[in-house]
Amino acid sequence: MTQPILELKGVEKSFGSNHVLRGVDIDVAPGRSLVVLGGSGSGKSVMLKNALGLMTPDAGKILFDGKDVTKDQGKTREAMRSRIGMLFQSGALFDSLTVWENVAFRLLNADKVKRSDAKEQAIENLKKVRLGASVAELRPAEISGGMQKRVALARAIITKPDLIFFDEPTTGLDPITADAINDLILEQVKALGAAAVTITHDMASARKVADEIAMLFEGKIIWRGPASEIDRSGNDHVDQFVHGRADGPIQPSL
Amino acid sequence: MSDASTTKSGGFPNPLAWTGRGTLALFAEIGRLSMFSGRTALSALTPPWNLAQLWKQIIAIGFYSLPVVGLSAVFIGAALALNIYTGGNRFGAEQFVPNIVVLGITRELGATITGLMLAGRVTAGIAAEIGAMKVTEQIDALKTLSANPFRYLYAPRFLAAALTLPLLVLIADIIGVMGGWLVSVYALDFDSTTYIRNTMDFLTMEDVAVGLIKAVIFGMVIALMGCYQGSKSSAGATGVGRAATLSMVGAAVLVLAANYILSTFFVQIGI
Ligand SMILES: Nc1ncnc2c1ncn2[C@@H]1O[C@H](COP(=O)(O)OP(=O)(O)OP(=O)(O)O)[C@@H](O)[C@H]1O
Ligand SMILES: [Mg+2]
Repeated sequence: MTQPILELKGVEKSFGSNHVLRGVDIDVAPGRSLVVLGGSGSGKSVMLKNALGLMTPDAGKILFDGKDVTKDQGKTREAMRSRIGMLFQSGALFDSLTVWENVAFRLLNADKVKRSDAKEQAIENLKKVRLGASVAELRPAEISGGMQKRVALARAIITKPDLIFFDEPTTGLDPITADAINDLILEQVKALGAAAVTITHDMASARKVADEIAMLFEGKIIWRGPASEIDRSGNDHVDQFVHGRADGPIQPSL
Repeated sequence: MSDASTTKSGGFPNPLAWTGRGTLALFAEIGRLSMFSGRTALSALTPPWNLAQLWKQIIAIGFYSLPVVGLSAVFIGAALALNIYTGGNRFGAEQFVPNIVVLGITRELGATITGLMLAGRVTAGIAAEIGAMKVTEQIDALKTLSANPFRYLYAPRFLAAALTLPLLVLIADIIGVMGGWLVSVYALDFDSTTYIRNTMDFLTMEDVAVGLIKAVIFGMVIALMGCYQGSKSSAGATGVGRAATLSMVGAAVLVLAANYILSTFFVQIGI
């Protein structure tokens, strides 16, 4: 078995008395696409932020390429970040920069690429997310929410990272654009050999992009299997989620 | 830790525990602010520098503060001249107006007024901007894109403020003295040439330097408070608003406290 590019071992994270992650174990193999399902507020975004070192887990370990990066603040984590792309759920575009400067941010700052070259690459990547060169000079505040999401997506993939986190890439997009985004994720994985972790509520998207699907519930991964088995998981929680039923074992904590 | 102190006294807050917790929290806060300041200063003083960001901040902090600094200085200088004249009048010392105006402005008021005005204009602005970036995950995004917020955001603001404040204070000094001259010549019947000569005779490099050194420190305080409060802003518009208010009040108080400490220091060493 190849070494996973990312591994979370028993990761726990609480905010006060809110125990969000209660021992998450998951790993991602290089070049594979993993989709994580889970109800709203179940801690999916928190899981990604822990993996990226934006939050420090209360317990447990995070390994990137076999190296422990749980508490590392130095070179190892820097090296990790230069190989990871992240699409934030909110987009998190820099509102003081233009669209193309956002997309090319890493090229311009960390990689010291010439502005004209960086801009060219940015426009090329905007095309991949179905945005024309005409938006390049606009500010994030001047484009729609769905467009912002796609700009953020272009920013996450521009450096061809080895591992990409997509936090709800298709939320807020029309079905046609959403499907183009699915194709884009597939292209990253299949053509460029990246590993992808996609968080989504969109089952159509999950079925299309996933090699494997995992479900986060009450702070743990309660099921994991090949995407083809999602309809035969034998797990009530997964079934309820897949079919979007309000009645079942998953109930809102009121 | 919170459980132990409240449950022991059966639900009523124990005043000792409450005071203790407050003190601990204060020390923790001072510790965090010191760590933050240290990291910012280190990033500001060691390469690589982000010159594009630095230039942007010099314009934002220095250039756009010119009107507010100039206006404040002219009024302070004018009011100072008027008051010294009235006060001096009581024992026939009104001819000292130019001397005291230039001394008061260069050693004290030029720097203090600039510091206070920028605690409002610049600190609150920085805190709001950084706070908004924090709550919209832009600071997290910076980190994932291999940009260190200390180098990319905080250090340029810190450097820009520390570098431009002395220039602003120099301008405030000149305009402040001019304000005093205006009132003296046009309202108090001073002779313009004599007033200017007295001012020049009394003006010393040391007094100006005192103001400029203060300005460097004020610049650091102003940028640090804005960056620090912004960077720990809590979510939402209220969180960002609170960060802006806290930073502004903090910066203003710290500017005045630092001013007193520095004044004492300069007097002690005989400048
Ligand atoms: N910085 C934070 N401070 C305090 N609590 C937080 C923080 N971030 C997340 N939480 C809490 O953690 C829980 C999980 O949040 P998270 O954003 O991971 O949910 P999610 O699974 O991504 O949901 P959604 O599908 O709605 O995006 C929530 O209860 C939230 O209130
Ligand atoms: Mg989320």
